[in-house]
Amino acid sequence: MKPGEELPPLTIPITRTLIVAGAVASRDYQDVHHDAELAREKGSPDIFMNILTTNGLVGRYITDHFGPGAVLRRVAIRLGAPNYPGDTMTLTGTVTEVAGDTATVRVVGANDLGHHVTGTVTVTVEVAP
Amino acid sequence: MSEGERTDAESAADGLYERIAAYEGRSAATAGVGKDPVNLPMIRHWCEAMGDAHPAYEGPGAVAPPTMLQAWTMGGLSGHGDRSEAYDELFALLDGAGYTSVVATDCEQEYLRPLRPGDAITFDAVIESVSPRKTTKLGTGHFVTTRMDVRADGELAGTHRFRILKYAPAGRPSKTDRRPPEAAAAAPRRPRPVVNRDNAGFWEGVAAHRLLIQRCGDCASLRLPWLPGCAECGSPEWDTVEASGAGTVYSYVVMHHPPFPAFDPPYAVGLIELAEGVRMISNVVGVPYDKVRIGMPVRLEFLRVDEELELPVFRAGGEG
Repeated sequence: MKPGEELPPLTIPITRTLIVAGAVASRDYQDVHHDAELAREKGSPDIFMNILTTNGLVGRYITDHFGPGAVLRRVAIRLGAPNYPGDTMTLTGTVTEVAGDTATVRVVGANDLGHHVTGTVTVTVEVAP
Repeated sequence: MSEGERTDAESAADGLYERIAAYEGRSAATAGVGKDPVNLPMIRHWCEAMGDAHPAYEGPGAVAPPTMLQAWTMGGLSGHGDRSEAYDELFALLDGAGYTSVVATDCEQEYLRPLRPGDAITFDAVIESVSPRKTTKLGTGHFVTTRMDVRADGELAGTHRFRILKYAPAGRPSKTDRRPPEAAAAAPRRPRPVVNRDNAGFWEGVAAHRLLIQRCGDCASLRLPWLPGCAECGSPEWDTVEASGAGTVYSYVVMHHPPFPAFDPPYAVGLIELAEGVRMISNVVGVPYDKVRIGMPVRLEFLRVDEELELPVFRAGGEG
């Protein structure tokens, strides 16, 4: 790994099932993440992905790439355009800094509306013995 | 053009911001206890949902995915018994002001040690900051930032900074149309400029279809936007010169998201360098948003936005 290295993109279909499964697995029962009617009353066109699921997907993107020895040290994300059912999110990443076994990666998750998530992940990659 | 100033002024006027900002630094949760110790079933359900097959999260010696940090602190359907009175009061104030909805916007987590099955979770959180009133696509509201320390068996395992927007829903978009319809009966109007004694002359010029640049009465430096004093020599003396209307695109951005009411993205926002040497932010018209280029010659014209508002904009293409 070296600065400037680009990670292969990961495309994730944003299904209703993923949104609801992610919300429940993160114990987030806010209605906007599972009840479309109540989501609309709150000004959203449909249910949308919760931030904990986005966080989990960003972490997965990084550890998928760096392999079994990858350990997440820091994940900082900002949400922009929501992930609605039927959309597709493509995660891309660029290594911005490497110090020993630790890399910093800039991550962007884009959907049809724009950037759903932008963030920075710090990951340590332990070499298998 | 001055969305931030306008909303700040409104917040100050109704006194709400002063009251909610007083909660900065107060506890959001004290001695919170995770409802379940770290456990394999919840880890597995998380990994299934995320499609995460990292080997560290399964089998003997499994650790929890670090990004689950917040999940261990969640109240779930039975609610947050751990929230402080201060946090509840802050939310009640925001609810009372009509900001009844919540959406999370930022999450920053540091992982200091892995969480293993059996670890008992405890946490404390503080209200770090409360923003002035802001307008977003979802609606108008205030950002609230909290910072939480998460402990496993009493040992600090991670920190979690979380920002939410408490907002008043802007409207109810239809499911088939994610953007507000342009031709709606009560179409949202573009924000009004803030006109004060320091810039009234600029807007009087616009009303007369003249783009007026301020000129220092002492050192003759030109300045735009209008200011009470000269940034070069500090002199409060000034007069004006009328812009010829010729300019070039010095820089630009294309707005895609969020779509503010009355604006239909994508659209280009240009930083226009006038022939006189000063720059101003404006719309570039007469060319698709993706055809705007740095260095492109543009010509001033005045756009009638609605019955009250006229704005200087710049038309691309052709010689002026």
